Amino acid sequence: MDGFVAIYIFMLAAFTGYEVISRVPVILHTPLMSGSNFVHGVVLVGGMIALGQAETPLEQAIGFVAVLLGAANAAGGYVVTERMLAMFKAKEKN
Amino acid sequence: MAIKWLIDASYFVAAILFILGLKGMSSPVTARKGIVWAGVGMVLATVVTFLTPGMNNFALMIIAIAIGGALAWISGKKVAMTDMPQMVAIYNGMGGGAAAAIAAVEFARGEMHGVVVTLLATLGALIGAVSFAGSVVAWAKLQGVMKKAFRLPAQNGVNILLALVTVGVGAAIVIAPQVDPTLVGAFFILALVLGTVITLPIGGADMPVVISLFNAFTGLAVGFEGFVMGIPALIIAGIVVGAAGTLLTQLMAKAMNRPISNILFVPMAAAGGGEAVEGEQKEVGAMDAAAMMRYASKVIIVPGYGMAVAGAQHKVWEMTELLEEAGVDVSFAIHPVAGRMPGHMNVLLAEAGVPYDKIFDLEEINGDFPQADVALVIGANDVVNPSARTDKSSPIYGMPILNADMAQNVIVVKRGKGTGYSGIENALFYKDNTRLLYGSAQQAIGEVIQHVKALSV
Repeated sequence: MDGFVAIYIFMLAAFTGYEVISRVPVILHTPLMSGSNFVHGVVLVGGMIALGQAETPLEQAIGFVAVLLGAANAAGGYVVTERMLAMFKAKEKN
Repeated sequence: MAIKWLIDASYFVAAILFILGLKGMSSPVTARKGIVWAGVGMVLATVVTFLTPGMNNFALMIIAIAIGGALAWISGKKVAMTDMPQMVAIYNGMGGGAAAAIAAVEFARGEMHGVVVTLLATLGALIGAVSFAGSVVAWAKLQGVMKKAFRLPAQNGVNILLALVTVGVGAAIVIAPQVDPTLVGAFFILALVLGTVITLPIGGADMPVVISLFNAFTGLAVGFEGFVMGIPALIIAGIVVGAAGTLLTQLMAKAMNRPISNILFVPMAAAGGGEAVEGEQKEVGAMDAAAMMRYASKVIIVPGYGMAVAGAQHKVWEMTELLEEAGVDVSFAIHPVAGRMPGHMNVLLAEAGVPYDKIFDLEEINGDFPQADVALVIGANDVVNPSARTDKSSPIYGMPILNADMAQNVIVVKRGKGTGYSGIENALFYKDNTRLLYGSAQQAIGEVIQHVKALSV
């Protein structure tokens, strides 16, 4: 990937992250930390590609660990975030 | 070509879904939808990755996903809401470990093209490994596996030396024309030791901020490895989380009045400190406490982690409903660090069915305390300690607190006469208008409920 294109992506993504969070109320900080934790679970995709290209047993073993950990990050992050957010309800109007 | 296009397009859609999902989580109304959208993005990205041309080891891949995913899914379903911070820590650590492992595979393949790629792979490996080791320590501490804070002599010196050596070895890897397996091995070991040594001396009260910091770290590591592998979706997701996590960490540290540098380098005063408090604690029975609240017009409840540990949030909500039926205006005041991280208490109350529009944060509700007839403090201590406003020698001086002491009457539900989590004496407990209701939160509030019911007949 072209170096400057990557730097542009870095910069814009950093601003996006900053903006997205700055309007979040305190009550959602814990689910949000958990939710952002889930989003970086996309590292799973990187792990899969690394394992997919692995040739020696050493590469395969480390790649296997990468996929295992990445999958746990994604699955666990989703479950706990969803559980927390499912509980937030407004007062029912009678 | 068509497959390559399909994969790239899917990654693009996934990146959009991640950002929209995080944005959705910025409001309680859309938060649930937000995580589901992000989840759809994750499934999409994972499924299309199987189509990547020229890949092998599919059996290993599926086994790893099945084991890792299933274990995390089951543990995530089972974990109690009170244990959520350490659960987030451990999942986050796994993400960091995954990023470091990706770098390790790339090093093992020895196909690093250019200094920039090697530099980012090395940085990502360092940050990911530190996040992994640190998160495991954070988990062990909050879970109670590891009880004490270990503090080496000259801890800061050791930290800095270790960090310098690690960075030095990393620089050697970047400069070297060929990948040197010995250097790489040493680098990973050093990074893991560094993460462990940095985190060991940090106390449980500061741990949420550290977990949040490691969350941002993992995001950065994922972003860097995304660059190494040439996958923009990883770069975007990783850097967005890195930036968001950094901001979130600052917000938390600010709420605790503990600069991040202090948390990492200066230990919290171990115990005690601050002026001795004069006076005595005055006890109240459940029946009188019930009457005080039943005939009040406005009650503010200040819940703390002690309430959650006692599992009393359901009882507290039952009591609230009874009081409201009797015409009392009841609201909940949440300190930014109530529970173990910002927003944790909101989750615990939501679990008990408390609607979020009855819950107010510090800035919103602090002005209302003087009008409240009763402030009911349950299992909270430092966050209502007026010494934070007045006593410069107190370790928590300067921390914003909930002004429960300004209410007409204060009822404190407490297990016994001891000091709280941080071991600091609380002047609030000795005030003339403060009454202590001794007992576990569960049992004490249960008794109050019986008496409120009796008064309502």
